[in-house]
Amino acid sequence: MSLAYDLTPQEMPEDVTPEMVERIDEICAAYRGKPGALIPVLQKCQEVVGYLPVPVQEHIAKALGVPGHEVYGVTTFYSFFSMEPRGRHVVRVCMGTACYVRGGKEALDRLERHLNTPVDTTTEDRRFTLEQVRCLGACGVAPVVVVNQDTHRKVMADAVVDLVEQYD
Amino acid sequence: MSKISIDQLSQIQQKVEKEQALRQGQTGTGAHRMHLLICGGTGCQAAGSIAVYEALKAEIDKQGLSGEVAVIETGCNGFCALGPVMVTYPEGIFYVNLEEKDIPEVVESHCKNGEPVERLFYKDPSSKKFIPHMKEIPFFALQELIALKNRSLLDAESIDEYIGRGGYQAMAKALKEMSPEDIVAEVKKSGLRGRGGAGFPTGLKWEFCQKSPGEIKYVLCNADEGDPGAFMDRSILEADPHAVVEGMVIAAKAIGSHHGYVYCRAEYPLAVNRLQLAIDHAKEYGLLGENIMGTGFDFELNIYQGAGAFVCGEETALMRSIEGKRGMPRPRPPFPAVAGLWNRPTILNNVETWANIPQIIEKGGDWYAGIGTEDSKGTKVFALTGHVNNIGLVEVPMGTPLRTIVYDIGGGIPKKHRKFKAVQLGGPSGGCIPEDKIDTPCEYAAIMEAGAIMGSGGMIVMDDSTCMVDMARFFMDFVQEESCGKCTPCREGTRRMLQILEKICAGEGEPGDIETLEELSATIQEASLCGLGQTGPNPVLSTLRYFRDEYEAHVHDKTCPARSCVALLKFQVDEDKCKKCGMCFKNCPVDAIDWKKKEVAKINLDKCIKCKTCIENCKFDAIF
Repeated sequence: MSLAYDLTPQEMPEDVTPEMVERIDEICAAYRGKPGALIPVLQKCQEVVGYLPVPVQEHIAKALGVPGHEVYGVTTFYSFFSMEPRGRHVVRVCMGTACYVRGGKEALDRLERHLNTPVDTTTEDRRFTLEQVRCLGACGVAPVVVVNQDTHRKVMADAVVDLVEQYD
Repeated sequence: MSKISIDQLSQIQQKVEKEQALRQGQTGTGAHRMHLLICGGTGCQAAGSIAVYEALKAEIDKQGLSGEVAVIETGCNGFCALGPVMVTYPEGIFYVNLEEKDIPEVVESHCKNGEPVERLFYKDPSSKKFIPHMKEIPFFALQELIALKNRSLLDAESIDEYIGRGGYQAMAKALKEMSPEDIVAEVKKSGLRGRGGAGFPTGLKWEFCQKSPGEIKYVLCNADEGDPGAFMDRSILEADPHAVVEGMVIAAKAIGSHHGYVYCRAEYPLAVNRLQLAIDHAKEYGLLGENIMGTGFDFELNIYQGAGAFVCGEETALMRSIEGKRGMPRPRPPFPAVAGLWNRPTILNNVETWANIPQIIEKGGDWYAGIGTEDSKGTKVFALTGHVNNIGLVEVPMGTPLRTIVYDIGGGIPKKHRKFKAVQLGGPSGGCIPEDKIDTPCEYAAIMEAGAIMGSGGMIVMDDSTCMVDMARFFMDFVQEESCGKCTPCREGTRRMLQILEKICAGEGEPGDIETLEELSATIQEASLCGLGQTGPNPVLSTLRYFRDEYEAHVHDKTCPARSCVALLKFQVDEDKCKKCGMCFKNCPVDAIDWKKKEVAKINLDKCIKCKTCIENCKFDAIF
C-alpha cells in the first residue's frame, strides 16, 4: 500500500477498463449531491473494479465533487476497501474469539504456510487473497473460513488446505 | 399488495393465526396438517441447510404431500452447532444434523407414516439418550424468550407470518392510541436498559431526545455487532427483522422523527437481505412510509451498510460513518439526543433493544419490569460459544447465574479431560470471570463487580487449555487494530501494551513488564476519548486480577501453564505422564512423532512444525 498520497495526477492502471470507468461514472451520477453518499459509492465502485487504486479514487472525487483527500481518508479508514489488486478468490479466516479459541489461528497459520503469503496479501499468481476477519457472527460453528461468498464451518487446521485447493 | 388499515391488519392476523396454530400444537385450524420449519440462519446455511430445504420441498412434492405438509425456512434457531436443524409441528420434534440423504426417509417415515426418525433426534451429551421434543431439550427448556420470541417459529421473509404472531399491533396501538409522552412513560416503566453494552436506561434516552427542540430528528438502529463472539443481533435480524422495524416506528412516534437508518455490518449479508425485504414489504403494506395505516404518521427507514470498522459501533462514530466520513468518535456532550446525526437530535439503540420494544408497548412496562432483578429488568440474550457443548443463542431472565447458563443450558465442557477455567464476557471491553465466581448472577452490577461487563452479550467459555495471557494479547491485538487513531492514549498506548504482551507470549518477558501493563492500563482508561479506549485494557486487567500467576510463569519461569504459547513449549514428551496411547502419533499432520504400541512417544523436532495438534489430542498433558 502506498503510504503517501501522490498529488500528481495518475493514469488509470491497465486493469481498469473504459467500461469500468463508465460504470463508475454512472454510480457517481446516481449519488451526486446526496448526503452520506461516499461510502456506498466506494463500495459499489470496488465491486466494479475489484479494488480502489488512487486514480480511481481521484476519478470518484471529481465525479462526486468532494475533495480527493476526503475520499482517500475514507478508503484508508475502513477495512473493506483495498488499494491493492485482489486475488480471484478471497479467503477470509475468522479471528473472532470463538473461532480463535477453537482453532482459527492454527488454520490461518497453516494457510499462510501453504499459500506462502502472509495474511492481508495476495499470492503472486493472484489466485488467492488471504485475509483475517473480525467475527462473522457464525460462532456456533467455529472456526469459520469464508471463501468468496461460501461460508465453511468447523474448518480445522488439518482440513483447511484441502478446502482452498477446491478453488481454481 | 395494497396499503392496509388497522382493521385489515387484524384481519390478516386472524387468518394467519389459524394456519400458525399448528405450531402451538393445535391441529385442524389451518390448511396443512403438518409444518416443517427448517432453520436458514447463517450457521445452518454454512452447514448446508439450503440443499436440505430444497431436497425437502422436492421430496414432499414427489410423495404427493404438498397439499398437507408445509415446508418453511425460518431464521436462526439459535442452536447452531448441530445445524441444519428442523422442528416439525404439531408434535414439536427437533431434528439435528440433517443431510440431503436423510430427507426421503424423514418424509416417508415421519410425514407419511407418522413415525419420527429417531437416529436424527438430539442426543443428550451426558445421558446419551435421545430427546425428541424441542421443549424438553434443556438448552431450550430453560430459556425465556422475549427478544427472540419468534425464533424458529416463522418464515422471516414473510410479513404475513409476522403479523400472524401479533406483529405490528403494538405499532398500531402506539400510533393510534398513545401520545409520545405515553410511549416514553411505558418504556421508562419497563426499566429496559440498552442491550448494546453500556446499559443506559432506554426510556430516559428517548425522553431527552423527545424534549430536544428541532423539526428534524432521527431514529437509528445499531446493527454493527462487531464484538467478536457475539451474534444475537445477526440472529434477530435474520429471524425476526420486522420486530426491529416495528420498534423503530414506535420510537419515531415518541420523539417525533420521520426518518431512520439501520447501520448494519457488511459482514452480515443474509441479515441485510432479510431486513431489506422486511422494509420493502412493510412499505408495500403501508406500515412504513407516508401516512402509516391511515394514522397520519410518516416514517422512512433505510439500511446503511458499514465498511468494516469496529469503532463504528460507538454511537458518535456510527453517525460520522452514516454521514460518509471516517468513523471517528467525538467528545460528548453534546449528546446525540441533542446533536447527533447531521447535528440533529438522534436516538440510537441496538437490535436487541429494538426487538423488546413492541412487546413492552403491547403488554405494558409493568409486565416487562416483572421479569429479571431489581437493577436489571427483563431478559438478556447471550451468545454462548467457546469450549461448551451446546453452542448457540440463549435468552434468560436477568439474574440467572452463570453456572446455569454454562452447565444446565450449555451442557458443560466438551472434552472430558479438560476443566472449566473462565467465562469471557463483553468482548474486548469486558473481562474474564473465573471458576470460583461462576455463581455470579447475570445482571449489570454483579457482573461488573466480578470484573467483567454485560456488554452486548458475547459469552465465551474457556477450558484449561486456554492461556489467559494469550487471551489478553488477542483482545489487545483487536483493540489496537480497531483503534481509530484519533486520540493518542488509545492509538499509542494499546500498541505499547500489545507489544509487551507479545513479548511475554514469545518468552521474552522481563521483570517489570506486568507493572508497566498496569500503569499503561490506568492511563488509557483515564485519558481515552471513547469507549473503545476507555475499556480496551479491561481484558488485561481482569486476567491480571485472577490469573496473575500465569503472567508470572510466562515472565519468570518461561513456561505457559496452559501449554498454549508455542514459543514457551519444548515439544517434548513427559515419559512419566505418557500413557503410550498413540493419539499424538495418529493426529500429527507431518509424521513428526515416533511411536509404537506400548512405547513412549518421541517427537522429532526437525520435522515438527509446532502446530500443537499433539498437545490438543493428548489426554494426559504429557507433552510440554
